[in-house]
Amino acid sequence: MSRLSTSICIGLILVGVALMAILNLATAAGAPFHVPTYAISLVGKYLSYAILALAVDLVWGYGGILSLGHAAFFALGGYAMGMYLLREIGPRGVYGNATLPDFMVFLNYKSLPWYWNGFNHPGFAMAMAVIVPALVALIFGYFAFRSRVSGVYLSIITQALTYALLLAFFRNDMGFGGNNGMTDFKDIFGLPLQADSTRVGLLVASALALCLCLLVARYVVTSRFGQVLIAVRDSESRTRFLGYRPESYKLFVFVLSAIMAGIGGALYVPQVGIINPGEFSPANSIEAVIWVAVGGRGTLVGAVLGAVLVNAGKTFFTGAFPEFWLFALGFLFILVTLLLPKGVLGLLQKKTGGRV
Amino acid sequence: MTTIGAVSNSLLYLNGVSVSFDGFRAINDLSLVLAPGEMRAVIGPNGAGKTTMMDIITGKTRPDTGEVIFRADTDLTKLDEPAIAALGIGRKFQKPTVFEVHNVWDNLLLALAGDRRPRFTMWARETGEERDRIDEILTTIRLSDLRHTRSGDLSHGQKQWLEIGMLLAQEPQLLLVDEPVAGMTDSETAQTAELLVEINKTRSVVVVEHDMDFVRALGVRVTVLHEGSVLSEGSIDHVSEDPRVIEVYLGR
Repeated sequence: MSRLSTSICIGLILVGVALMAILNLATAAGAPFHVPTYAISLVGKYLSYAILALAVDLVWGYGGILSLGHAAFFALGGYAMGMYLLREIGPRGVYGNATLPDFMVFLNYKSLPWYWNGFNHPGFAMAMAVIVPALVALIFGYFAFRSRVSGVYLSIITQALTYALLLAFFRNDMGFGGNNGMTDFKDIFGLPLQADSTRVGLLVASALALCLCLLVARYVVTSRFGQVLIAVRDSESRTRFLGYRPESYKLFVFVLSAIMAGIGGALYVPQVGIINPGEFSPANSIEAVIWVAVGGRGTLVGAVLGAVLVNAGKTFFTGAFPEFWLFALGFLFILVTLLLPKGVLGLLQKKTGGRV
Repeated sequence: MTTIGAVSNSLLYLNGVSVSFDGFRAINDLSLVLAPGEMRAVIGPNGAGKTTMMDIITGKTRPDTGEVIFRADTDLTKLDEPAIAALGIGRKFQKPTVFEVHNVWDNLLLALAGDRRPRFTMWARETGEERDRIDEILTTIRLSDLRHTRSGDLSHGQKQWLEIGMLLAQEPQLLLVDEPVAGMTDSETAQTAELLVEINKTRSVVVVEHDMDFVRALGVRVTVLHEGSVLSEGSIDHVSEDPRVIEVYLGR
């Protein structure tokens, strides 16, 4: 049943993205069916958000860990990518400094802070985009789960985590660009970021990463590990008396989820062209939880669906009625909680008699 | 008058155990010795400390003082719940707690003795051996026809049996069973008594129960708890004639 919905979801993503790529590259601007490049990047952004939603669903839907700080892992992945993109600019910056990014020259840095070393290598930066979120999740999760912090208390400290990072990244002397963050990127892997082909490449990369994360998540939740995880979600103390250590299960899935969120963030930054401390804002993490609730918690595919639907709605609303977006989002959340406890996917499954 | 046997030939040895919660002495100088292979019924009025005793044995609660020793050599007060479960002590709760979204089969599969670490369960595949063992348990607990049923959809009595089956799957040396027949029909109660007697052929069992007819049907040594310590111990006839027991249950 859910295997079918995963296959359908992956099929739709791949076919849709391939179609968009062809219609962007093979047709001239203004031609009928031409897909403009801004739409390519917009969908790329939705798909990187979908990876974040998948990460949230993995811990919340299956592990019962309501993380209200998952955007922090997304932002950390994004910053690692941003650092690479800034160093890739090289001497083409406003100040023409070959090693120091513009904001460091502006802030009178004499040399590159040690933690910026290596970020000129794309491979190193990509590795950091997953290692840093994984390490933060490992350390945070180790102490939180070992101390048996759960439920609303855990949610509160995850909010505190992302808020603390928000404040830290706002500081100029952290060396991450402070309030302004990082922007004005030029190339990625030597390819110009403004080129249509690069944009399409990033969209395809996002689609592939999302499908891969979906398959990994699907494997994890259907394995015996996943069954134990669901048991922990529903009756943690019972699993202890059966001899399982719930903290190990939670920690594993929390770190895996942070890695996925980091990948999402790394794909997000080159497509939107900026990363700043605002990405750590607690509201972002809460929005990600809403995507999952809207799509259908504990279904994986629902998380992807929810992220795309809500963000498409956001694009439409913020364009058409900018002042009403937050009301619409709040209303949507209430509506889903009251009328669609299993989200949009639950509704689809009901309509198709559980076949999807 | 409890006679405390030697720790050396005991399966479970509790000596002078006390624990207080906010000044309330839930367990007060409790001593109890269980021989290997024995089945023991523990009775007592509400608040006598029966469940707290189970919590101490399984590592959920740490005693303030006293010794809790398993198989004559392992100090249980130093271990946590998963470690104690791994040693071979299984527990069934008063309120049946099965994993409701999983079916009967999967509940038993998760309970089967085996490697509990994530790195094993991540790659584990169901083996023929595991299937045979689950089939065997399903027969014992009379749930063979319901193997694919979501356990949340079982009746109360069926859940109780499933939980006993999960205990068996753990292959513990000692089973702690808290009020197994609460809410069961008379025929279910009788079947449960049979089941426990059957289980006791290979394992030691401690049963906490209110239902005196059920305890009588088990026909085993009885320990009466009152205000956190042992009031009386012996056969069911012996304890039910003990004037102090009569006073606690009927008097005041």
